[in-house]
Amino acid sequence: MTISSIKQTERLSQAVQKIRPSGIRRFFDMASTMEDVISLGVGEPDFVTPWNVREASIASMERGFTAYTANPGVIELREEIASYLDKQFSTLYNPESEIIVTVGASEAIDIAIRATVNPGEEVIVIEPGFVAYAPIVSLAGGVPVPIGTKKENEFKITKEELEAAITPNTKAVMLSFPNNPTGAVMAKEDLLPIAEVIEKHNLLVLSDEIYAELSYDNKHYSFANLPAMRDRTILISGFSKAFAMTGWRIGFVCAPQDIAQAMLKIHQYTMMCASSLAQYGALEALQNGREQVERMVTSYRQRRNFIVKAFSEIGLPCHLPGGAFYAFPSIEQTGMSSETFAEALLKEEKVAVVPGDVFGEGGENHIRCSYATSMDSLQTAIERIGRFLKKHR
Amino acid sequence: MEDKLEILRLLEENGRMDVPTIAKMVDKSEEDVQAIINKLEKEKIILSYAAVVDWSKVNDREGVTAMIDVKVTPQRGVGFDEVAERIYRFPEVKALYLVSGAYDLSVVIDGNTMSEIASFVSEKLSALDSVISTTTHFRLKTYKHDGVVFDDEDDDDKRIVVSP
Ligand SMILES: Cc1ncc(COP(=O)(O)O)c(C=O)c1O
Repeated sequence: MTISSIKQTERLSQAVQKIRPSGIRRFFDMASTMEDVISLGVGEPDFVTPWNVREASIASMERGFTAYTANPGVIELREEIASYLDKQFSTLYNPESEIIVTVGASEAIDIAIRATVNPGEEVIVIEPGFVAYAPIVSLAGGVPVPIGTKKENEFKITKEELEAAITPNTKAVMLSFPNNPTGAVMAKEDLLPIAEVIEKHNLLVLSDEIYAELSYDNKHYSFANLPAMRDRTILISGFSKAFAMTGWRIGFVCAPQDIAQAMLKIHQYTMMCASSLAQYGALEALQNGREQVERMVTSYRQRRNFIVKAFSEIGLPCHLPGGAFYAFPSIEQTGMSSETFAEALLKEEKVAVVPGDVFGEGGENHIRCSYATSMDSLQTAIERIGRFLKKHR
Repeated sequence: MEDKLEILRLLEENGRMDVPTIAKMVDKSEEDVQAIINKLEKEKIILSYAAVVDWSKVNDREGVTAMIDVKVTPQRGVGFDEVAERIYRFPEVKALYLVSGAYDLSVVIDGNTMSEIASFVSEKLSALDSVISTTTHFRLKTYKHDGVVFDDEDDDDKRIVVSP
């Protein structure tokens, strides 16, 4: 039998057939064929990686650091990660046994789920949220159980909502604050009741804190720091957002030793190690990147303030996002679905935004607008969106 | 104080940024921002608003720039200030710094031709009593000026238009 005679449904795994392609992809296809589009659809920093980091990576190549590294990453980098986490967020991890350098937070999410979730076990996923969580849970044989957060609660998850979603099959909760796409943050007081539920039901938490540095009003509080939570938490983070290193594909994951070693098994067989060039760049970013991070954070904060106020001036209600670089205004008043709105806005005014529904439950009636773009672009985008709203009033 | 610094940094980067925009960015009223800017201008903390120009791209307007290291004898009572003033008053002097090290004053001069600058150095600068010696360096190419990289590849947005 030749390959082509196998029916398509037979040659692909059932797991992969079950997951849908990301809704973001469709918008990318549409927007990328058009010219002069102003894009508020980009989920990454508009800064190029700071020069010292680029330079350090080039130097590592020149000096011949081109071989595999230790599976969990070069020890100097793991030590820097440990002291960075301690200094910035007061979380303590042992660089020898509890930290793994990964190919982006994306890989960290994957190995965290695969190392902990058995087929049929449920993982509660906070939505609107990053598009990869539910598919990765499904691919691991788990069952994603979405909880939609609400605008009224500033897109935070409440204890009651969490309790209601828990079943005897629940294994873990995937948390992600500051949140993509809502920009929501959860303070220590908000997280404490969540931790009680986690403890009571004996659950794990996968906490994706990749936007931790991009917290604009209050310092980020790590879930792992809550009483009794360190042993139940897998902390996921990386360099993509705070250090403007998306294309480098480098991140890290921290967990209590037993879980870290389990994740390391998957990592060592699938990745061997993260790219050595990226590891040496990341090392420099941690050693000498503080000032640059602060400069970028200030710039995002200013643009956040700008876009939220500008939206309210043109009549688009938008809560003040506490972190990340997304505004998530409501478009309910227009009567359009978020998808219709985003498509019409792109066609009529050439502004690309991402319809909220692609981020799952609770995202409908909203659009995600990334303000990680130049002030000139933001101003033009606001004008165009204002004109669009007038026309469709 | 923080607001003042933030506004200064924004204006230093883009002198054309308007008050309503700044007000939104720093989360203050337009009146407050205007008042802070007025005060900065009055105190001569903000001295002027100017564009960074790449003259090499303007036909026939390239001109010549030289950096001149000047050694002088300081004068009793006034130190370097008096000779500095006699130098910076010349309109062709674009910048003047007192520096530490092997020489005392660093003078930046703009001129139309090299000979114009050469005659400025020999007839005006060296003619000053307190000037002991000068060393002239002609600028051949500008890579970066006032924090702005000329022809910066980093300025092109290389990101894909929509991403997660
Ligand atoms: C919440 C969240 N987690 C993880 C990622 C992936 O990050 P990385 O580039 O480190 O794989 C993203 C990227 O958009 C994100 O928004």
